Amino acid sequence: MNMEQYLMMNHLDFPVLSTTIFLPLIGAIIVLLMRNDSAIKITSLITSIITFLVSIFLFTNFNPETHLFQLGEFIPWIPAYNVNYILGVDGITIFLILLTTMLAPICILCSWTAIKERIKEFMFCILLMQTAMIGVFCSLDFILFYIFWEMMLIPMYLLIAVWGGPNKDYASIKFFIYTLFGSVFLLVAIIAIYLTNGTFNIPEAMFKGYSFTFQFWVFIAFALAFAIKVPMFPFHTWLPAAHTEAPTAGSIFLASVLLKMGTYGFMRFCLPIAPEASVYMAPYMIALSVIGIIYGGFVCLSQTDMKKLIAYSSVAHMGFVTLGIFSFTLFGFQGALLQMLNHGITTGALFFCVGVIYERTHSREIYVNAGLGKIMPVYVGFFGLFSLSAFAFPGTNNFVGEIYVLIGIFSQSKWAGFLAVVGAVLAAAYMLKLLKQIVWGRTDQSAIKDMNVREIIGLLPLVLFVLWVGLYPRPFVYVMEKTMTNLFNQLQSILH
Amino acid sequence: MLLLPELSILFFSIVCLFFSVSKNKTGVAAFAKIWSLCTFFLAALCVTNIGELFSGAYKIDLFSQILKLLISLGLCLVVLMLGKNKEIEESFLPEYYMFFGFSTLGLMMLVSSVELISIVISLEISSYSLYAIVPLRKGQTRVQIEASMKYLFFGAISTGVMVFGMSYIYGLAHSTFLSDILAAFPQFISKPIGVLALILTLSGFFFKLSLFPFHFWAPDIYEGASNNTTTFIATIPKVAATALLIRIGMLAMPVESSQIVTIMIVLAAFSMTLGNLVGLVQKDIKRLLAYSGIAHAGYLMLGILSMSTEGNASALFYITIYLFMNLACFYVIILMSKKGENVSINDLAGLSKRSPLLALLLAVAAFSLAGIPPTGGFTGKLFLLTSAFRSGHLAIVIIGAVNTVISIFFYLNLVRMSYSKEAVSIEPIKLSLSEKILCYLFIFLILYMGILPYGLLEIFKIAV
Repeated sequence: MNMEQYLMMNHLDFPVLSTTIFLPLIGAIIVLLMRNDSAIKITSLITSIITFLVSIFLFTNFNPETHLFQLGEFIPWIPAYNVNYILGVDGITIFLILLTTMLAPICILCSWTAIKERIKEFMFCILLMQTAMIGVFCSLDFILFYIFWEMMLIPMYLLIAVWGGPNKDYASIKFFIYTLFGSVFLLVAIIAIYLTNGTFNIPEAMFKGYSFTFQFWVFIAFALAFAIKVPMFPFHTWLPAAHTEAPTAGSIFLASVLLKMGTYGFMRFCLPIAPEASVYMAPYMIALSVIGIIYGGFVCLSQTDMKKLIAYSSVAHMGFVTLGIFSFTLFGFQGALLQMLNHGITTGALFFCVGVIYERTHSREIYVNAGLGKIMPVYVGFFGLFSLSAFAFPGTNNFVGEIYVLIGIFSQSKWAGFLAVVGAVLAAAYMLKLLKQIVWGRTDQSAIKDMNVREIIGLLPLVLFVLWVGLYPRPFVYVMEKTMTNLFNQLQSILH
Repeated sequence: MLLLPELSILFFSIVCLFFSVSKNKTGVAAFAKIWSLCTFFLAALCVTNIGELFSGAYKIDLFSQILKLLISLGLCLVVLMLGKNKEIEESFLPEYYMFFGFSTLGLMMLVSSVELISIVISLEISSYSLYAIVPLRKGQTRVQIEASMKYLFFGAISTGVMVFGMSYIYGLAHSTFLSDILAAFPQFISKPIGVLALILTLSGFFFKLSLFPFHFWAPDIYEGASNNTTTFIATIPKVAATALLIRIGMLAMPVESSQIVTIMIVLAAFSMTLGNLVGLVQKDIKRLLAYSGIAHAGYLMLGILSMSTEGNASALFYITIYLFMNLACFYVIILMSKKGENVSINDLAGLSKRSPLLALLLAVAAFSLAGIPPTGGFTGKLFLLTSAFRSGHLAIVIIGAVNTVISIFFYLNLVRMSYSKEAVSIEPIKLSLSEKILCYLFIFLILYMGILPYGLLEIFKIAV
């Protein structure tokens, strides 16, 4: 296949995607050479902000009028195996990149005082994570993708294992082995695709009309890797452990970006590479998603640990995303992507909030942190908004995403739609229960100070997005529209 | 000067021999360092030599010269890593170097040999030197004697088995030259006796490689021998053994021999699974590395059993990166042990505070051994899996992939101990400048082979 058919090369003066990917890495190396702690913090903050600005620049140069990959870069890498360094963005990844670059400064801000030892290594890990995460979203070559995908594990593992809570040993190893277990099958599937196509190029592997058996096994291998990452219902057990033990910044990255990689993988790989197998497996995937939504909701109701509650709510929320993807409707796809962003923003913000309170009371127990309404009005204001957003209150971002998904799924299956609505009601139940305790509980907390300016600055951009997506989602839908329509049409033409 | 690298290493050994009989033995370490470097450069000079010697029994081509370069690089690194000698009695030091030299000489000859008798002779030259240095360790105890006896017995038995197999081959092919034998291959390879003969012959190399079921020596010898000796045994002979397996595979490639491939698949599968499962429960890092070596021998077989140029090149690539990552792990052990004692996994606690550089080196090497990108271990494993898959051996590819997950547990344990456990002793480990340089060199090599494998892979492809 000719490369122009799927990739528009970069027309700017400098390789903007490579810059976005490798700026944090350069920052990380500079940080490694520094000695002064506050200088390290400032350098990493500046690096992440510059990266964010570059990604804004990337966004302004993004052309939403085409479904092709754009701003592409191409360098031959291992010619003997036809491995190339190919980058490109489309309507799906542009948002995920922006989400990542926006959250990185927030992560650094929230660990400003929370991390007291080994600050240099901590910032190194955060920046390295950022490079790997952006790399995953930009790669259009399987090997490049896989390298970034696995590279992410190392800093994330260290974030949990070194700066984590009391049970960090168990959580970090479980996280690593669980994720790696999925990834090795991904690798085998990648090799299988390579041997069929003769190239590791991702766009060239899409919509090739492979035999059903081949599609089926590739789908199973991919789905295992991605379902663990999402995490879908039976594979979710690593998530609460990892979330509870990780430091706040780690939790934010984990919830907001890492989980998205699973659903991104479903959208980018499973649907286009194994379309028939995806349709064949869709009922099972929908069933797992619905189970995830309901199960997540019920487990949340009985949690007393704030972080655990939010972690399990992630299982439920990500269920909506997979539900949208496997509804095979245009609304479902758009809703899934919107939900990915919304979950990234809202859950990131909630973990930030838990981090704020943990720094003050050194506890994540809901009943220890109850009754903050009078002492921390600003905090409770933020927390309230994000909680409302988390159960999809109209006017907030999640409402828009869930409506899209529900429209999509109702057109396919009434039962799945009904159960998803039940899940949404459960979400309101557990979030309001949490909110009630935090605001009106009866513990005496008078010694605690309200949020400081640094924390407010960290949360403000997230508030902006919660309301923006909630009240005026059109710009977001517009940017992803062409890519999604194309994906939908391609699938329709193959399946009919 | 076709034999320049061999002559240079012979000179190395002979000078060390003179040192051992002279009264003043102080200069030997400096000489060894300088001359092993010289040998490396001489081997680099001779890379493009081509020729045949001893009426065709000794072949000098790009393949053998590249391996000689790799072997001399390995020796050079091992000698440099010896650094401040903590483990060997000063009076034995010249002999110690001398045996290193002779063993390397044998291995260099081995990669050039294309005739059965010269293969046996080269293999024995290298083995006998190693039998002699295994028990050399300060404060020698029964453990060392036991290790060396085990090594000697297992070595002798495997040589016996190998020679036995060779006698069958000679009986079938009426020649000791590999090229003649492989020309007669199609006639006997489908017969049971042909399969038996070939597997018995290969077992000599399987022994060096510590492939299942010839792996029993590895853990005890690794544990008993001094850290430096283990470093040598664990790395350089494996390079040469792989080279010879590739050489035989190269010549045998055109012949369809499904039984042999099936046997190799079974051996590889057992080797990987056994190595990784038993590795899970090890407490001593050297023992752990022994089991990891058994597992890696299994991975390596993936390249050889694909019976393709690509597979051979990837096996060669893998043994190169294996050399570097194993040397890196052993270097951490050598630098950590104060008096040359073994290092257990618990001793790693708090390493990242005691010496950040060593912890980083260990992390890079461990992730590479586990095959996590962007290290060379991943790239090598990717090439191996791809070539085995291409040859249609999906089952072993999946077994290999699952084994990666099993193995990550104990490799990750090394990283976990050094990064997230609190230190028992907080005494920092001071590294001299040259030691730091060597550490950075290892990190660079491992990452370089992971990120830019292209050039090296092309050269290997031409060589095989």
